[in-house]
Amino acid sequence: MVVLKHETVAVRSDADIVHARQLVREWARQQGFSLVDQTKIVTAASELARNTLHYGGGGTVRLDVLNAGSRVGLQLTFKDCGPGIPDLDLAMRDGYTTGGGLGLGLGGAKRLSNEFDIESQPGQGTCVRIARWK
Amino acid sequence: MEHIPILKMYEFLLVTIQVDMHDRLALALQDDLTERIVQTHARGVLIDISALDLVDSFMGRMLGNIAAMSRILDAETVVVGMQPAVAITLVELGLPLKGIRTALNVEQGMAFLRTVVG
Repeated sequence: MVVLKHETVAVRSDADIVHARQLVREWARQQGFSLVDQTKIVTAASELARNTLHYGGGGTVRLDVLNAGSRVGLQLTFKDCGPGIPDLDLAMRDGYTTGGGLGLGLGGAKRLSNEFDIESQPGQGTCVRIARWK
Repeated sequence: MEHIPILKMYEFLLVTIQVDMHDRLALALQDDLTERIVQTHARGVLIDISALDLVDSFMGRMLGNIAAMSRILDAETVVVGMQPAVAITLVELGLPLKGIRTALNVEQGMAFLRTVVG
């Protein structure tokens, strides 16, 4: 697998969330994703960026355009140095939230992606990686 | 701070969301609309989202809140013009917008509000 292009942007404010999802939209469009696929990965990005900001206290998102054989994919990696998630299974469950939201962010982002990994160390932060292939 | 304009037409309030909303703007719209319903005695709220290329769980929750608050204030809400890709994504996200009345376009949304208000 080859990384064709990458960029990392900050997620530290509401405006950064908007900027991150606009960048994801632009890259998905450039790679020729269908409108539905663009919308899915942009929506997943919006959910995860909001988590990075509100639960992780801010962080970054890295965008990678991947090439594996004849396939092209867009990979997004959200990192924060926040408090971490003590119980990942619980956090992945729809409807579970510690922040007053709907509790759909992580589970929803997973459903909207082809690949999803999450790593979290209490006290050290959280890293969520998603990818969607064309 | 930025606000999304709210237009009054007879007993209805009309909102067209034309910008990629950040979260505070969405919250401000929620507050502004409830205030305007009370001020104007509006009986219906029409929210046109045809220019929005995504609705995530935060915006979905905001639309649900507006519908619920309006109902308590005796006004009906209809959300119109959702793009097909947004509808597909919302269902997959797990947010089928239960409790929110929708219509395909502004005309149909207005027709619905008129029947409800009578």
